[in-house]
Amino acid sequence: MKEKKILGFPYKFIPKAIMLAVVALLVWWVVWFMLIGSLMSLEELEATIGPALAGIEGDATWPILPAWPTLQPVVELLLDTPQFFVMFWNTFKLVVPSILGQLLVGAPAAWALSRLKFKGRKALLTIYIALMLMPFQVSMVPNFLVIDKLGLMDTLWAVVLPFAFSAYPVFIMVKGFDAVPKALLEAAAIDGASHFRIFISIGLPLGMPGILSALVLGFLECWSAIEQPMTFFKDPSLWPLSLYLPQIVAEKLGLAMAASLFMLAPAMLVFLFGQKYLELGIQSAGLKE
Amino acid sequence: MSKTLKTILQRGLKSSSNATAKGKRGEGFAALVFLAPSFAGISLFFLAPFVDTVRRSFFDALGIKFIGLDGYVSVLKNNAFRLAAANTAKFVAVCIPALLAASLGIALLVRGIRPWGKVFKTSYLLPMAVPVASIVLLWQALFHKHGLANTVLARFGVLPVDFMGTSAAFWVLIFTYLWKNTGYDMVLWLAGLDGISQNLYEAAKVDGANAWQIFVNITMPGLASTTGLVAILSLLNGFKVFREAYLVAGSYPHDSIYLLQHLFNNWYQNLDISRLCAAAAMLCAVLLAIILLVLRFFTEEV
Repeated sequence: MKEKKILGFPYKFIPKAIMLAVVALLVWWVVWFMLIGSLMSLEELEATIGPALAGIEGDATWPILPAWPTLQPVVELLLDTPQFFVMFWNTFKLVVPSILGQLLVGAPAAWALSRLKFKGRKALLTIYIALMLMPFQVSMVPNFLVIDKLGLMDTLWAVVLPFAFSAYPVFIMVKGFDAVPKALLEAAAIDGASHFRIFISIGLPLGMPGILSALVLGFLECWSAIEQPMTFFKDPSLWPLSLYLPQIVAEKLGLAMAASLFMLAPAMLVFLFGQKYLELGIQSAGLKE
Repeated sequence: MSKTLKTILQRGLKSSSNATAKGKRGEGFAALVFLAPSFAGISLFFLAPFVDTVRRSFFDALGIKFIGLDGYVSVLKNNAFRLAAANTAKFVAVCIPALLAASLGIALLVRGIRPWGKVFKTSYLLPMAVPVASIVLLWQALFHKHGLANTVLARFGVLPVDFMGTSAAFWVLIFTYLWKNTGYDMVLWLAGLDGISQNLYEAAKVDGANAWQIFVNITMPGLASTTGLVAILSLLNGFKVFREAYLVAGSYPHDSIYLLQHLFNNWYQNLDISRLCAAAAMLCAVLLAIILLVLRFFTEEV
């Protein structure tokens, strides 16, 4: 019995594929909106979504394609809006040290929790898991108490340090290192390799998928962080793009649209190149102890 | 002579490094060194201040006078807290079953059309990577009184809805949460489905079971422990929905989407530290209790 196929796609899959496509439209449309929105002139934006965002009479509409594609808002954003660069740069100043910290501090800790035998390993791992499961609403006050005491309010450290020490990336890397076979480590130890040496030459390369998962998830988390900078930066000159963007929507529609795309693009790139590791990272939470 | 010295040295080095590698004490010491920076960090930023938070919850705002449980009582009596807690609970009660069902359905469909499901998998995961701030503008354009959603509804003869100004805001928030988290849960379900032995399915097919029977008797029991984890992770992601609520509706949204984080921010602005401490301690206790209960319930069922 041969299956009927169209372009290699079995007929019997078509109803399921249609159902999936209908739901996926909700995602595709959003991406499409962002893309064509940033290619529209200010006039067209005001004519289409102005009623919702700029208080213009009428009801909002949205075309499938822009009437007159233009790069004008993007150019204006890049050339005439120095604030934008400050905010963009602020975001990087938060994201890069946070992720570097997560990896530099977290990877050795994860290695010890995963592959070294010592007293209290289980208890310690439980502490990391419990911490990982607590939302910001729980850690907000404790973080504030320390940051205030150390005089770090309104400095980059107030956001970077709690991120750098967060438990979630450690847990993901633990799961990654769990896949490194213990026999290999024993062989290396018999050959006289030190623990540090084994970690560097065996652990890091073999545990790379876990490290990359932590990297991708950490980036996405920090890139769109809102609660932390909002709580610990009272000074708007430190604000990252994620806090600044909502403020400009009403006044500068064209700029806001273009800036939204710039906020979206890096996250999309990381997602497209790191999707495999993102999935791995999500799954690692599902794999039981 | 120098040659002998070298051999002796080499031998000595080798045996000493062997000893550290094999000996338990060496391993414990290495673990200490590896863990020290991370553990110092979480102690300083999370564990120690959390103990201080619990301690402060029993003292007045200045942290001097012992007030016992008065802080807790004042939080529980507070109307804003009741509203926020009720909204958060209602949100969780609606969105988690909805999310679990939707994402499981999608996971089954994606698996059902293997190997063509990949493009859909990517599509559903994508919202996870979309920063909330970048779609604020779109959400405002969609759910404004004169927004796109109403334009579409009008075509079907539905009267315009003031999404952000009425309790419809709650449903916008639910929709946003589902939109954002379905992919995440789908990945977890797919991993759970991969864990069910293929032999069971084949045996059931040989016995002539239909799709529904297979789902109820093989898939559902096979996913029991996954369900608990997905529920816990969905609950925690639910707390992040504040971002959407805040960005779309600001610090003082419609009552129906006034969440715990809004309240915490308010208290924080007013430096109402003892209430904040009591509320954070309670939230932590409630969450831990829920997590333990869910884990116990779903792991015993297996």
